[in-house]
Amino acid sequence: MSKYKMNILVCGGTGCKSSASDLLAAALRTELAERGLSGEVQVVVTGCFGFCEQGPVVNVLPDNTFYIKVKPEDAVTIVSEHIIKGRKVQNLLYTDPATQTKVDGSGAIDFNKKQLRIALRNCGFIDPEKIEEAIARDGYAALARVLTESSPEEVIGIIKKSGLRGRGGGGFSTGLKWEITSTVEADQKYVVCNADEGDPGAFMDRSILEGDPHTVIEAMAINGYCTGADKGLVYIRAEYPLAIERLKTAINQAREYGLLGKDILGSGFNFDIELRYGAGAFVCGEETALIHSMEGNRGEPTFKPPFPSEEGYLGKPTNVNNVETYANIPPIILKGADWFSSIGTEKSKGTKVFALAGKVNNVGLVEVPMGTTLREVIFEIGGGIKDGKKFKSVQTGGPSGGCLTEKHLDIPIDYDNLIASGSMMGSGGMIVMDEDDCMVSVAKYYLDFTVEESCGKCSPCRIGNKRLHEILDEITKGNGKPDDLDRLRNLSEVIKDTSLCGLGQSSPNPVLSTLEHFHDEYMAHVVDFKCPAGQCRDLMIYTIDAANCVGCTACARVCPVGAIAGERKEVHSIDQTICIKCGACLEKCKFNAVLVS
Amino acid sequence: MSSIKIELHENQVKELVEVCRSFNNEAGELINVLHKAQGIFGYLPAEVQEIVARELKVSVAKVYGVVTFYSFFTMVPKGQHPISICMGTACYVRGAEKVLDEFKRKLKVPVGETTPDGKFSLNCLRCVGACGLAPVVMVGDKTYGRVSPDGVKEILAEYA
Amino acid sequence: MNKIKITIDNKPIEVDPGTSLLKAADTVGIKIPTLCYLHLEDLNIENKPGGCRICVVEVAGRRNLAPACATQCLDGMIVRTNTMRVLNARKTVMELILSDHPFDCLICAKSGQCDLQKLAQDLGIREIHYKGEQSHYKEDRSPSIIRDMDKCILCRRCEMMCNDFQTVGALSGINRGFMAVVATAFEQDLVKSPCTYCGQCVAVCPTGALTEVDHTNQIIRLLANPKKTVIVQTAPAVRAALGEEFGLEPGTLVTGKLVSALKQLGFDYVFDTDFAADLTIMEEGTELLKRLTNYLNGDKEESLPILTSCCPAWVNFFEEYFPELNDIPSTARSPQQMFGAIAKTYFADKIGVDRKDLVVVSIMPCLAKKYECQRDEFKVDGNPDVDFSLSTRELAALIKQANIDFLTLPDDDFDSPMGESTGAGVIFGTTGGVIEAAVRTAYELYTGKKLEKIGFEELRGMAGIRQATLDFDGLPINIGIAHGLGNARELLESIKAGTCSFHAIEIMACPGGCIGGGGQPLHHGNSQVIVARQKAIYQEDASKPIRKSHENPYIKKLYDEFLGSPLSEKSHHLLHTRYFDRSKTKVIIKKEQE
Repeated sequence: MSKYKMNILVCGGTGCKSSASDLLAAALRTELAERGLSGEVQVVVTGCFGFCEQGPVVNVLPDNTFYIKVKPEDAVTIVSEHIIKGRKVQNLLYTDPATQTKVDGSGAIDFNKKQLRIALRNCGFIDPEKIEEAIARDGYAALARVLTESSPEEVIGIIKKSGLRGRGGGGFSTGLKWEITSTVEADQKYVVCNADEGDPGAFMDRSILEGDPHTVIEAMAINGYCTGADKGLVYIRAEYPLAIERLKTAINQAREYGLLGKDILGSGFNFDIELRYGAGAFVCGEETALIHSMEGNRGEPTFKPPFPSEEGYLGKPTNVNNVETYANIPPIILKGADWFSSIGTEKSKGTKVFALAGKVNNVGLVEVPMGTTLREVIFEIGGGIKDGKKFKSVQTGGPSGGCLTEKHLDIPIDYDNLIASGSMMGSGGMIVMDEDDCMVSVAKYYLDFTVEESCGKCSPCRIGNKRLHEILDEITKGNGKPDDLDRLRNLSEVIKDTSLCGLGQSSPNPVLSTLEHFHDEYMAHVVDFKCPAGQCRDLMIYTIDAANCVGCTACARVCPVGAIAGERKEVHSIDQTICIKCGACLEKCKFNAVLVS
Repeated sequence: MSSIKIELHENQVKELVEVCRSFNNEAGELINVLHKAQGIFGYLPAEVQEIVARELKVSVAKVYGVVTFYSFFTMVPKGQHPISICMGTACYVRGAEKVLDEFKRKLKVPVGETTPDGKFSLNCLRCVGACGLAPVVMVGDKTYGRVSPDGVKEILAEYA
Repeated sequence: MNKIKITIDNKPIEVDPGTSLLKAADTVGIKIPTLCYLHLEDLNIENKPGGCRICVVEVAGRRNLAPACATQCLDGMIVRTNTMRVLNARKTVMELILSDHPFDCLICAKSGQCDLQKLAQDLGIREIHYKGEQSHYKEDRSPSIIRDMDKCILCRRCEMMCNDFQTVGALSGINRGFMAVVATAFEQDLVKSPCTYCGQCVAVCPTGALTEVDHTNQIIRLLANPKKTVIVQTAPAVRAALGEEFGLEPGTLVTGKLVSALKQLGFDYVFDTDFAADLTIMEEGTELLKRLTNYLNGDKEESLPILTSCCPAWVNFFEEYFPELNDIPSTARSPQQMFGAIAKTYFADKIGVDRKDLVVVSIMPCLAKKYECQRDEFKVDGNPDVDFSLSTRELAALIKQANIDFLTLPDDDFDSPMGESTGAGVIFGTTGGVIEAAVRTAYELYTGKKLEKIGFEELRGMAGIRQATLDFDGLPINIGIAHGLGNARELLESIKAGTCSFHAIEIMACPGGCIGGGGQPLHHGNSQVIVARQKAIYQEDASKPIRKSHENPYIKKLYDEFLGSPLSEKSHHLLHTRYFDRSKTKVIIKKEQE
């Protein structure tokens, strides 16, 4: 990077790319070339910056100016104003929502203030398609150190001491997992990177693979060295074409540099990586299912033990870690276990990446130290609730997690606290909900997901979740009964208690947590047949306010079932027995005469 | 389903057989082969699955069992412009369902099917990871962000 | 080996490492209920998907309940199988399973034999608290098997038998979640699949999802028709198993009662398939000797080994998967079909009945026989040599419907002439029996010497693949035996690869041979039942005065009066067959247009 005076970093993550950031980068390059600046200013397409809400995002270095929502046509202005004249383009700067002032430095933006980037350290700073840039930021230094200075036992000792726990959901000690795989004797072992990120609303693994693929390759090689595996496999979602391309490029570059292949760095250690593609099955995030899928089978989980570390891919000991876990490995090796374990809480060390989404102002990827509170994440980093609405709930842990409320906002986030509150870390999805969200519907949404993604192998998950969904569906349609809540609770407990794999063992969490924290809302549905959030269509009653109705007949004409009667210039009325609650009349009425309750 | 046999093009079959060979005709490579096969044919009709089964020496029932397990694989030809509505949580809480309903109404097809003229197919997918743009719709490779039900008409008009 | 100490329901237990909680509990009389689990120990067949979750138990220190079938005992484990938590979970899971199952028990073919029904009773299920949508699938009727997948509970036993044991690959789990079910490729009918109709899926199905095609009503109607002469043949394995349907211990021989019952039912003649088995030996044994002699004389056209061909599921299997080996199996028809062919010619003439008015019924331990008798090559002008094939289970149902108290029936004898048989015919019912019977005859015909010891112990047993070298007066004859089509496939692959040194191979599709057939009384997962039946078969053999097929006087008479000699032209016409390429996968490829 050093040969250039200035660098313009353009986010090339999936989010920004779909808002034409690739065209923007091309426009910037053209503009620079026309002005004869190509030799001095470089345009770097990087991985995700994390600030997806405001994309496409651009960061100009060295002065660290952060532009948001940049369009290709802004390229001319950025070059002529900022690059040539040194004047920041005011209308592209981020506006602090609290003070309404323009903020220019990326570090001054609230979104970035509380973050500590370890796993995402290179995302947004390097061109992921150039291994030189990764190496310039200490890429492969950890691998080199490990291969030349440490025994596998020493490295495992460091990882154990660091306190790193699996970032994919379970939170099992990474060092311990490595140790188990390393001690099993076998003629062949494998390390597997789980990149089948399936939680709806979580995209940190994709961002790491797109923004810093070399860190994953490096960590897998270290993992191979420690466990005695010479083959690595990345199980990646076929839905992530950009991540796949960048990972392939990175693997090829690493081979060219002798960082993968035979006798790496003259150490005698051999290691190479192959890709395996997922095909759209959430359950394949579960490690036994993932392994069956890699073997060309239906991704149905099997009972553990045996654990993959004993009997995994093709029956051989296999160490499975997820992308974010791997991204933490090189910094731990370089900076030491003590450094890492000084971050976080007593039992959860380091940082965690969250995909903040939903009804929050700053949607994006957020990496914070363990122990940060939900309030800090949602209200400081996330900039609070959209459109000034009231916070209602935050769902963490994806479909396996639970819905937390106001009273949980000041709990420091870590594995154990989230479980104690009835949710879980999961892979780090964090969906914020406001007063307009109906929690019964939210629970139903998650069950809809589970029903579709259950593999069907075990009866409680296959049939039980279907029944949960049906009961919730009836409740949202006004057919619920108070004893449905007991049935939901018992069924949820049994599904958790008896299901074969983690999917079924956690799928009722959204139901149980909403039942506990939003009991009144459920009662409103099954006793008064009302949806307080106004989301459940079947529970709404449309009436016409005689005071406002002018008899224009617009509503009667638009009603698809002919439920509205009334003469011209006279007050209309809605026949409740016919009304299908489609809301067409409400939309049509210009006089606010249609009331909903 | 496959009572009406469809005819496969010879050169495509050759390509598929070649793909199987490139994976050493190993049964363990079934999913990789199916990905490639769907790339060649656009979908996985029964006949293609039979060839894959024969080449990898696994039962046709097993191939079908795998194809029907993974939502990425389809036995129905996709439309010229495949439309996917993201149903990830972020999109859901920002109104993806209403957008989906609008597509269903406009195209008059249910999810998972193709319009009779073969122009559009409608599908849901789980999180493309562009949560900042929620709700998100993809048409082919093109991503549309912050789609409202009113915007559906405009999107479809682009492909008229 | 160090023993592992655990307690289950407060009872201390010591077990070997690797023992499951289920087996450990069983040793102290604690019967943990199961549904999907199946372990045929003597046959090395196990189904343990851990899917039904009925056998869950509480293990101290574990967050959730553990499936007893799949959880291994670890030292110090404290296990409870009957706490309120366990009972509630087990009942709730059962209610869930039942909520997606039709409630037509009263008219279900499996009623009374259904594991699901019994479990619902044992668990005291009186109400389903979680009703909802039920799965619906198209009913699939093949010539042998009916699939009613609405009743499938996804235990995956059929899938395991079809794929792991039989390597037929007709079935697979398809779809996922609530839509998941076991099906054929593209959910086509079984007839379009590579199914061999071995019926092992039916034999292990715990519910009414897989049952046999029921022909009992047709038989009742025919027996009542005065214009028809209805004769019956019973296969050797039936007499060793039928008693189980009436509460007798497995392995109880009921030959005499069986004959009595058939006569009471109104069959005009009650014959024995064993007679046709002796005939099979004459034909197949002679063919073996002929091919062996050709081979030893250096005939390049002759290829060995010769494979037995009396098992119809096995015939279906090689026609589907090894059509290129179609010329290796013996051309001899199965005993069922030899019987039919002789009955509708020789016997029909004898009693002066037109073949159209003679109905041949067979009682078989087998479901593939239902398909076999419908094959076109076994029909004359559309009239089949064997009209109907009933399973052992169907016969039991007929006997019960006719108000016959089976247990108090006197013993009776088969009719003559096609009821006379030897011990060699009887042992056709077990794995290893056909080849032993063939060897008894081939030895004496080849060497011209009398066998000192009639029983060949080296050919017997339950191992999936067995081999023995027999001394034919200085000539070593290599015999192979396989039961289970997966084992058969292994031998066939070695034949294809040219690494097979056997002269003759016996193959049976079902575990244990016909005694473990798909039409037998259900073993409910207890393989000792099959072992007991095998014992009974050898017991019957030992008690027979004549134990070699070629010494059967009625067979000699049949050749004298009618057939001439083995492999004569008439024999070829009536007693032999040919095989077809029936492989199903055929893809139409469009030639590229220039």
